[in-house]
This record gives sequence, C-alpha cells and structure tokens, in this order.
Amino acid sequence: MSQHPSGNRDYWYTVPATHTPEHRRIDVPDPHESPSRTRRASTPEPSDGQVATFSSPESAAATAERRPTAEIATARSLLGTAWLRIRRSRIAVAALIVVALMVLFAILAPVLAAIEGSDPFTARTGPDFLDDFYTPGLPLSYYRFPSGEHWLGLEPGLGRDIFARMAYGARISLTIALLSTAVSVVLGTVLGAAAGYFGGKVDMAISRVMDLFLAFPHLLLVLSLTPIMQSRLRGTALDSGSLVPIASLVIILGFFGWAYLARVVRGQVLSIRQQEFVEAAQAYGASHRSIIFRQIIPNVMGVVLVYATMMIPTNITAEAALSFLGVGVKDPTPSWGQMLNAAQSGNWYLSDPWFLAVPAGALVITVLAFNLLGDAVRDALDPKSSRS
Amino acid sequence: MTPLLQVTDLTKHFPIRSRAFRSAGGVIKAVDGVSFSVDAGQTLGLVGESGCGKSTTGRLLMRLLAPTSGSIQLGGREIAELRRSDLQEYRRRVQMVFQNPSSSLNPRQSVGSAIAAPLLAQRVTPAGGVKAKVRDLMDRVGLRPDHYNRFPHEFSGGQKQRVGIARALALDPQLIICDEPVSALDVSVQAQVINLLEDIQRDTGVAYLFIAHDLSVVQHFADRIAVMYLGKIMEYGDTARVFGAPEHPYTQALLSAVPQPDPAADRSGRIRLSGDLPSPADPPRGCVFRSRCPVHPRLDPQRRQLCNDSVPSGDIACHHTDVAAEALATTTR
Repeated sequence: MSQHPSGNRDYWYTVPATHTPEHRRIDVPDPHESPSRTRRASTPEPSDGQVATFSSPESAAATAERRPTAEIATARSLLGTAWLRIRRSRIAVAALIVVALMVLFAILAPVLAAIEGSDPFTARTGPDFLDDFYTPGLPLSYYRFPSGEHWLGLEPGLGRDIFARMAYGARISLTIALLSTAVSVVLGTVLGAAAGYFGGKVDMAISRVMDLFLAFPHLLLVLSLTPIMQSRLRGTALDSGSLVPIASLVIILGFFGWAYLARVVRGQVLSIRQQEFVEAAQAYGASHRSIIFRQIIPNVMGVVLVYATMMIPTNITAEAALSFLGVGVKDPTPSWGQMLNAAQSGNWYLSDPWFLAVPAGALVITVLAFNLLGDAVRDALDPKSSRS
Repeated sequence: MTPLLQVTDLTKHFPIRSRAFRSAGGVIKAVDGVSFSVDAGQTLGLVGESGCGKSTTGRLLMRLLAPTSGSIQLGGREIAELRRSDLQEYRRRVQMVFQNPSSSLNPRQSVGSAIAAPLLAQRVTPAGGVKAKVRDLMDRVGLRPDHYNRFPHEFSGGQKQRVGIARALALDPQLIICDEPVSALDVSVQAQVINLLEDIQRDTGVAYLFIAHDLSVVQHFADRIAVMYLGKIMEYGDTARVFGAPEHPYTQALLSAVPQPDPAADRSGRIRLSGDLPSPADPPRGCVFRSRCPVHPRLDPQRRQLCNDSVPSGDIACHHTDVAAEALATTTR
C-alpha cells in the first residue's frame, strides 16, 4: 500500500523534503488532524520554495475533492493514516518494538546461542551442574539464576541452557502462531469473499460451515484432533526433525481460526459488491476470480489486517496451551509452551520457580505486546476513532 | 437499414420474496414491455422519474441483469438469451459509463490499471501495447499522462468520470450505455463531460444510450427520446418533436416541470402531477399513468373507461392525445 506516497492525505508534514519535485503542496485542513498540528504543518517555510500553487482550475477542483467526500474515497490513504496514528501512540510504538525484538530474538536464535556459547540440546548432568540431592536434580544455585555463563540459568533435571531453549522456542512458537494465522487469514478471506460475492447457495454452504466451526468447543476438538493429525503426518514428506508437531499445530490452529474472519469479510463484501466498480468489472467481462481478487479483496484488506494482528496472540497462547497440555510440541524440541509443560510436569516450579517464570514471562510480554498492537491497528484503521 | 440496437418488448420482473419463507408474493414490474432502437452513431435519450426503470433498462442491455422476457438484438444478433460465458464478445461491443464517478472506480486501483482492465479481461492486445493504448485513451478524455499511477481519490468528480469514460472506450465499443453520467457532477463540469461525450461520438461514431432525469441535458444531446414511466415507455420520438410538441400528458407534465432560471418567468402554465408514483408491484390496470394523469379526470366516462381497460401502445402510449393537446392549450394560455 506504500507504493504511492502522494496517496496519503497527510503527506505534507511527513515527507515534504524528499518528495518528488513536481509535487504540488496543497494545504487543506485535515479533519483527522488537531488544529495546532495543522497550523504548524501548514505554515509556509521560507526556505522551502514550494508553496500552494494552483496551476489550473482542474487542480483547484482536485483540492476540493481531497476532503473526505465519502468513506470509499478516503479508503486509499487509510493505511498511510493508520501508520501515522500508530506512530503517534506511545503504547503502540512500545508494543511494536517489543514485537520486533521478539521476532529478532527468534530469527537470531543460533547467533545468540553461539554468542552465549551454548545450545538448546546439550544436557549437563552430574555434580558439576546439578545438585544430586534429588534425581534428576536441581541446578546448583549458581546455575539456577542468570549468570555470565548461562544467561538465564539451567533447566532442572537435564541441565540444558534455558536461554538457548527460549530463543529456539521463540522460533517455534512464533512460527506456529504466524503460519497458523496466515492459514486462517487466507482461508477466511477467500471463503468469506466467495460467500459474500456469489451469495445464494454458495453463501448458504460456506456460512453453514462457518456456523459449524464457530459452534464447536475449540479446545476440546483441537485437543482430540492434534494427536490424530500428528499420526497422520508421520511418514509423509513433513516427517523430518520436529516438523510433524509444528505442522500439525499450524494446520489445526489455522483451520479452526478462519470462520470468524470469514464471517466479517463476508459482511464487508456484501456491501462492496453493490458498488458500481464491481458492476463495471462485470460489464467489461472480468472473470469472477479477477473480480474477487482484484476488485473486492484489496478493499477488505484493512479489516483483514486488524483481525490478523488480533489472531497472532491468540495462536501464540493456543500453541502454548496445547504444548503445556502435552499434545503440541514435545521434548526435546523447545517451545515456550513445551517449557511451561516441563516446569509443571515434575513439579519443578515448586523448588525452581525461575524455570517457570522465564517462559511464562516471555509469553505474557509477547502476547500483551501483540494484543496492544492489534488494538492500536484497529483504532488506527477505524475512521470513526476519536484519537487522531 | 437495421438499427445497431433493437430492443423489443423487454421485460424485467423482480420477484418479491418475504423474508422467512420464499413465498412468492408477486413481482415488481421494473421494466415492462419496453421497445426502442438505437442507430449506429446516434444517441437515444432515456428519461423518466426515479424508479421508472430506466437504470434497470441500462443494466439489462449491459446484461448485468438477465431479462425476464423480450429481445435485445445488437447488429441483428440476439443477446437476451445468451449465458454469461457467451457474452464476452458482446461486452466488447457494448460498454457502460456509470452514474457515480466515485463508486464506479475501485479506490485501490490506479487510474491506469482501471483503464487497462477491460483490455486485460478481454485479452485484447492493441497495436503498440496496452500501456500505449491507455495513454492514448487518457489523452482522448483529457487526462494528463502523469495521472497514470494516481488513485481515484486524488481526482475531482469530473476527472473521475473522465476515467470512467476512458475505461468504457478501451474496447472501442459500438454502443456506450451512459447511466446518468453527469447527474452526480456540478453543472459546470456537466457541460465539460457532455462536450467530451459529443466529441468522442463525432470522432469514433459510437452510439449512446443516454439515461438521464435531467431533460435539458438530453434535449441538447440526444437524437431521439424515450420517456419512461413505471416501467413502460410513454412517448418515443425524435428529440425536436418530443420537446417541441409533446403529445403524451406525462411528457407534457415533465417538460413543464423543467426549472426556469428566470425568476420573473410566468409559472402559471405549469402542470402539476398530484399523488405519488404508484408501486411498480401493483401498477394501475390499463394505462399505468391514469392514476396521476391530468387529462384523465376531464374525459367523459366512456373514454375514461378505455384508459382502465386497455393498455395503450405505440410510440405515444396514450388513448386520448387529442384531449391532451386540447388540455395543454388551455393550461398554457
């Protein structure tokens, strides 16, 4: 959506210096803008040679049209405006930074583990690392908490490095969350658009499937289906390394998340397909597929984006919950949910609460950040939002 | 000479559905037995009040709707019965300009790709390539080449309508259906767009079906006029004749309702229609206009009965044009 910078109504105070030279500066009060900012932004700077130039009556007419005459007319600049609103909210920026850091943490996991000098799989048993009072034992108190050698300490029992496992676990947790969200978004958008666009029997069929998916008790179904899915995936092309549990979680979470989005998209499409540009496309003989993908879906992407950002944290927690319950990612593959499961399974959290606190804290922070970001995106994309 | 477009007895009935059960409660007769023809390079003006079925007629001709019955022939070929997949060739020859320039352009599609879309959809590759053709079309309708990558919201209503016209011209159609192309525009811009449409007709010989409710626009522009009321054509004839000597009482009333710019003008001769437009689900029997006809009450009972009993037909759908002419003479004098 950023391919066209001048499509943004708010451009004059964002990028005046770097803008294309032939671009005309036109100062129009923006209804989304607070008066003080408008005044500041529209004060002509003496050094800047560009002032409002109306070279032709046509451009004067264009200026008048810049005001949001209809909701649809401003839709193009929606994402630009949204980005500005996000940048202006401190919470949103903080959430965005946390999310970015978590993603970096996951991407750079091998690098970070190498810097630390550890890996997520090496077990360190024996009296040098673990207290042999219990078998398997607690880490020695030096290794139980952050230290220079092991940044987040060692796991009780097996003595694996918690920091490395957290980093690699972030990869798996975030991958599952993002991929399953992607599956849901693609399914939800396409099926919702098809239901809304075709109407009639197609709509009836898709809507009833949606109802079915929405009516199922999610957790129960996912719990019972995950092991089945995993056994089905064994022996297929996906059966290498730790891919089976990851793929099964992606598929199951993805397939159970699309219905709500599809319903929202369907509603949007019902109104979009009444617009004359859809009729125009039919009139010049565009195929149904072309109308759905070129005319309709680009106009629902705002809503889809909001739901996608809200769906990611849900899927992070769902992965954690399933792994915690023991049907998701399993030892030795690390994921945050698996680590929570490990902390709980041997009652380790009673004697070594740190082991529980690390994945739980990371989960809370990440989910909170994604949720706040989702809220910010929703507010930013809502034209009726009072926050400017 | 066979006309370019020959429409015979075109009918569109929309079934009324109650919400819970699909009990057919009757039909809305949106278009009810409409016939007219458009010659190559000519303009037919289709006028009438809101809800009289003129836009539905346009959509039927574009085959955005399937007609209930009747015939649409383009260059002698019947298209009313064709299925969607067989319509591609027809769509190349007939295009449409829409009423609302804002909603007829996809807000997320650049102007250049909107104009190119018909070419891509029809897999037409013009000599010199699609881009050159689009630039040519943009030049034709008075858009600058640097508008190519801009988006609709950056344009004024008049410019957007120019984009819509360029898009309709992309496939070099023989007929363009203009569904109130100027009624959403300012008066000054209206004139520009009308002039553009006239220039294009002079240069390319395209025919127009011009749907409007603004009589002054049509008077200026159309070669022939069809006046619609409640899904039927009331009066059909050459523009000069219809405007100069309207014979149907409805046309007379419509023409006398054209706003007079001069505040000192005498308005006493105005024919005021009383009552509301009857529901198209339950139109009056016989002549559909009789419930509001200013002439109807003046008729003697025997002639009045004729209006109730039989549907008038012909280019002037009135049984009593003689009385109408008499009445017109007395009201205007």
